[in-house]
Amino acid sequence: MGEVLNFRYTIDGDDFTRAGEASSSVKNKLKQLGLDSDVIRKVSIAMYEGEINMVIHADGGNITVSVTDSDITMVLSDTGPGIPDVEKAMQEGYSTARAEVRSLGFGAGMGLPNMKKYTDEMHIDTTIGKGTTITMKVHI
Amino acid sequence: MTLQTILGIPDFRVLTDGSPERVISRIFCCDLLSIAMSRASAGCVWVTVMGNRNTLAVASLTDTACIVLAEGVSLDEGTLNKASEEGIAVLATDLPVFDAALKIYQAGVI
Repeated sequence: MGEVLNFRYTIDGDDFTRAGEASSSVKNKLKQLGLDSDVIRKVSIAMYEGEINMVIHADGGNITVSVTDSDITMVLSDTGPGIPDVEKAMQEGYSTARAEVRSLGFGAGMGLPNMKKYTDEMHIDTTIGKGTTITMKVHI
Repeated sequence: MTLQTILGIPDFRVLTDGSPERVISRIFCCDLLSIAMSRASAGCVWVTVMGNRNTLAVASLTDTACIVLAEGVSLDEGTLNKASEEGIAVLATDLPVFDAALKIYQAGVI
């Protein structure tokens, strides 16, 4: 395996105007690395959904993106409320987003399903009252 | 068809002109950002009434060529500047979503 590139981002909670900046930055970096556009699209979508979830539900958090020759791994960690029912949260259309969040075009209940759909591996580690860490991998 | 044709549609006001020579792939209509995020295809024209900074973020991440804001919706100046930087065209119209998409279809997008 060649060199591993790591990118780290801190996501502000409840700042919708900046939500998506980390995903955009990763997208641009992956473009510069000359990666396949389909891989870039998958990573961008999955990370954007995760970033938005952190802003909506967890008052922000941290994201680390690691790029190797074979895959891209995203680790999204927050110290938010945790996910009470992961199985339910994974269903398309299920959302606990607030009305003001929905009025901005979010809260369609597609976030976690999109993250799973666009990544090759996804693992959710969540504890009520402590936080959630989601690890996602996209093969190159 | 290129973006240039859409920029010339009389009912649309051009707020930023993006990359006029870009080839348009399809027309896409949606207001829910998560659905747009997973369905908007690269090079599409996206017709929506959702006008906020996140609309631009989704357009940028999906490589959308052009956003058409229907029903008289607009975007703030800061977001428009960012759209210019990213080479994404933003147009505005008073038409409803369907009528706006129909205008683009009639102008020649297959």
